[in-house]
Amino acid sequence: MAVQLQMKQGELIAFLDGEIDHHCARELREEIDSAASRTQPRVLTLDFSGVQFMDSSGVGLIMGRYRLVSEWGGEICVANLPRRLERLVSLAGIRDLCTIIRSKEEEQ
Amino acid sequence: MKTPALNEMKLSFPSSSANESFARAAVSAFAAQLDPTVDELSDIRTAVSEAVTNCIVHAYRDTIGEVTLLVRLFEGRRLVIQVKDRGCGIEDVEKAMEPLYTTGGEERAGLGFAVMESFMNRLHVTSRPGRGTTVTMEKRLSGRCAHGC
Repeated sequence: MAVQLQMKQGELIAFLDGEIDHHCARELREEIDSAASRTQPRVLTLDFSGVQFMDSSGVGLIMGRYRLVSEWGGEICVANLPRRLERLVSLAGIRDLCTIIRSKEEEQ
Repeated sequence: MKTPALNEMKLSFPSSSANESFARAAVSAFAAQLDPTVDELSDIRTAVSEAVTNCIVHAYRDTIGEVTLLVRLFEGRRLVIQVKDRGCGIEDVEKAMEPLYTTGGEERAGLGFAVMESFMNRLHVTSRPGRGTTVTMEKRLSGRCAHGC
């Protein structure tokens, strides 16, 4: 599991990669939070295009980041969510908390 | 009389979080003999990950204990996965199974049991406070495997 961070016009994008479980969520969280707290972006985008596997720890990761950016009135965008992860994400009802953009390649 | 399993495997490991990925990889390798679809395999991996994470985060919260997996394959392409710990147990199983309920802190979504219930065909939880918890879940796989089972 790895994360690449990119700042672009007030938007912080975290490109997530590999498998997200409880074991690796902590490191991801620390990396994202340290960049987000420093830059206080208007939008924090979590890009899931490189995510091969995720359990509810990934949902916890989204919910926790939502709480963080809310501190300065920021928003969360969940981008390129693969089709197979949609059911998991919808279980939590977090569709109401953030913008979700489905994976482009899988739209057809 | 109990129906004998067509095949089974048993695995035990310490409740260290590094074993979450090991557990789902092992179950997924065992399930491969049924030639499951990509979606079925993903459901199984996710449910196993949730059950094992519960052992690590809740059952053995401040300690390391043994997690045992028993995976059995039955007639009719039924895969039965049991995840067992000898940890703290759950006082109120019904409450623990409510979606979004968690005692795991802010970073836990409280969805573990909801995911197992939704991704598997059957879920059964037995627990005794101070003695441990056993989660049994079943997945019925579509189609037929190469052995005709």
